[in-house]
Amino acid sequence: MRLDVLNRGYGPGTKLLFALIRLFSRHPVPDAAKLVFYRPEYYGSWAKEFTQEAMRGPSAWSVGDRELMAVFVSQANESAFCIGAHSATAEQAYQDGPKVAAVLAGLESAPVDEGLRATLGMLGKLTREGRVSAEDMRHVLSAGVARQQVEDALAVCTAFNTTNRLADAFGFEVLSSDDFQAGAKYLLKRGYR
Amino acid sequence: MPTDDKKRAAYRALEDRILNGEGRASPEQRAGAFSNAGLPPPLDGLVSKVATRPTQVTDADFAAARAAGSSEDELFELVICAAVGQSGRLYDAGLAALADAVADEEAG
Repeated sequence: MRLDVLNRGYGPGTKLLFALIRLFSRHPVPDAAKLVFYRPEYYGSWAKEFTQEAMRGPSAWSVGDRELMAVFVSQANESAFCIGAHSATAEQAYQDGPKVAAVLAGLESAPVDEGLRATLGMLGKLTREGRVSAEDMRHVLSAGVARQQVEDALAVCTAFNTTNRLADAFGFEVLSSDDFQAGAKYLLKRGYR
Repeated sequence: MPTDDKKRAAYRALEDRILNGEGRASPEQRAGAFSNAGLPPPLDGLVSKVATRPTQVTDADFAAARAAGSSEDELFELVICAAVGQSGRLYDAGLAALADAVADEEAG
C-alpha cells in the first residue's frame, strides 16, 4: 500500500494475528482487512460497524442482493480490488456465478427481478454522476421497491463508495481469484465485524 | 419518517469520529479534506483525486504531500476524510431525492 504505516505500522498483537491468519488460511491478509486494523479507534472500528449494519443488518434485501450492489457500485467506480472481492462474495451468496457475471456484463438483460434492476441502475447513476432525481427514485419505487429498501441500498452504496476510494487511493493489492474466493467465504461466515 | 435509522446513525457516528475525534491532522485540515475544499497544494490535488477520481491517485501524489510536510498518519486521516466526505454527499443526495419522490407520491 502507498502508506508505509499500512504495511508495517501494527503492534505485536496485530502482527501475530496477521501471521496466524496467513498460517491457518494459507491466504494473504487482504489489504482491506489490514486497513481496519490500523489505528482502529480512528476509522476501522467505526467503519466496520457501519459496513456490518449496511451489509448484514436487518433488511428486506438478501445478503446476495447487497453483495451484488457492492460489486455493481465498485464496477461503476472501476475499483479493481472491490470488484474482485465482492464478485466472489455475491457469487457464493447466490450460489450463482453466471447471474453476477450477467449483471456486470449488462444490467438491462441480466436475469434479476425488476425491483433489483431498477435499484442497481439508480445506484450506478448516483455513483457515476453524483446525483439522482426524484424521478429516478419514483422509477425505483414503481418497480415495487419499498422506501426502506431504497434507504438500505443507499447505505450499501455509501459503504462501497467509501471503500472503493480507499482501495484505490491507498493502493490495495489485487489478489488472485483463489484468494478472493477465500475472503468471500470468510465475509459470508463472519461478516464485516 | 425513516423506519430504520441504525444504518444512518452508524454512518453519522463514523463521520463525527473522523472529523471531530482525536487525530494527528488538525480538525481544519480534516474538514477541508472531508469537504474537498480549502486545502493548500499539494494536499488539494491528492484529496480531490480521492473524492472524484480515485483510480488516478499515484505514488507521486503521496510523495508530494510528504515532501510538503504531511506525516503518514496525517495522510491516512485526510484520505479517509476525503473518501467518507464524498460518499456522504452521495448518500445525502440519494436520500433527498427519495424524500422528494415520497413527498410527491403522498401529495399526489
